[in-house]
Amino acid sequence: MGSHEITLQINGEERSVHARNTDTLLYVLREKLGLTGAKPGCLNGDCGACTIDVDGQPMKSCLMLAVEAMNKKVTTIEGLQNAPIQTQFIEKFAFQCGYCTPGFIMNCHSLIQQHPNATDTVIKDWLESNICRCTGYKEIEEAIKATLRNVQQYRS
Amino acid sequence: MISFDFDYYQPATIEEAIQLFHTLDEQGKNPLYFSGGTEIITLGRLNRIVTDAVIDIKAIPECTAYRKKGTTHIWGATLSLSRIREIGAFPFLSKTIAEIADNTARNKITLGGNICANIFYRETVLPLLLTDSQVVIASRTGLKQRPLRDVFDQILQLEKGEFLVQIITEQSEIDLPFLCIKKRRQWDVGYPLITTAALKKNDRLKVAFSGLCAFPFRNQQMEKSLNDLQLSREERIEQALQQIPATILEDVHGSAEYRMFVLKNTLLDILDAFEGAES
Repeated sequence: MGSHEITLQINGEERSVHARNTDTLLYVLREKLGLTGAKPGCLNGDCGACTIDVDGQPMKSCLMLAVEAMNKKVTTIEGLQNAPIQTQFIEKFAFQCGYCTPGFIMNCHSLIQQHPNATDTVIKDWLESNICRCTGYKEIEEAIKATLRNVQQYRS
Repeated sequence: MISFDFDYYQPATIEEAIQLFHTLDEQGKNPLYFSGGTEIITLGRLNRIVTDAVIDIKAIPECTAYRKKGTTHIWGATLSLSRIREIGAFPFLSKTIAEIADNTARNKITLGGNICANIFYRETVLPLLLTDSQVVIASRTGLKQRPLRDVFDQILQLEKGEFLVQIITEQSEIDLPFLCIKKRRQWDVGYPLITTAALKKNDRLKVAFSGLCAFPFRNQQMEKSLNDLQLSREERIEQALQQIPATILEDVHGSAEYRMFVLKNTLLDILDAFEGAES
């Protein structure tokens, strides 16, 4: 019972993998499935570098067991194909060393999906989930706001 | 990576979970109930929690649902903190939740998980203590409902194999004026120094604290001092500070002396807010 075959829905594909019950989703994504976009940072739920999207919610994949993700829709940074927020991260230079960027992008992507009219307060609240030590958050905020403006223009 | 293995179970009913716990316990597997699981994962990684089996209670309908029955709100123990904020029916609890961990983490941390955690903050319990909420506990003999204040002494007092299923709060308590003030050493994220929750009912102030001692608590003697209107505000606070029921924490976030200084000023702010600032 310590380990077994599990099936996960990842980036629109069904993936089967042999995992221990104690394996975190982060570990399985990276070490078993080769999806290295989610980054191991603190491994303690603090830094947000490992953020992915689970059923539309940003999740720290270091805080989730892989077995908990069964029957859920998992999206990693590899599953975003030129999402608007990715373009805006480039446009606004919202990264420096880039290690935290996948986590930020996944969090921002979920934010935009859930709050297309996000206020400054909501953006600030969400960005507190990710830590970056080499870029200011200003550029990231600008990337979010530019994406939101584009979404709103598209809708109108 | 967690260095040990455990079995993982996801029962669909309360009875199944209870039965499973006792069977696993008899097998010497030291089972743990798993709600959000964030603490089992993070402390498991450090070998500070070790178990051979976890029982994930998130598939049990009574644990996952929120419902309003007349004037009563029933909160499932495995509701995520984010979900409770989305529901928006309990502003005092929502305000407290909004400052726990961060938005992404709150998608995973659950109400029951926070109340029953090892971490000494466990801030969700503060508004629940002050609103005289009830808890529904699953035991081998069935469900039992108790006032939270009767079963929360430093931690939720659960007998072996019991688990928290629901929290019940009356609308009349939710409607009372409240304050929740979280003080950190610096900036506005990270672990708190002290969280002070206050509620006023029938002209009496109730207060509960987290981060002051090694456990969250509500204390009647402190409340009695704070409500002694024969004294000045400063005297009421000084008396209340004498009634703190346990050793004051000293850690990287602040010394005991600093905590007392911050608490004194926070209590003054609370009295000002509820009674109007003194000229």
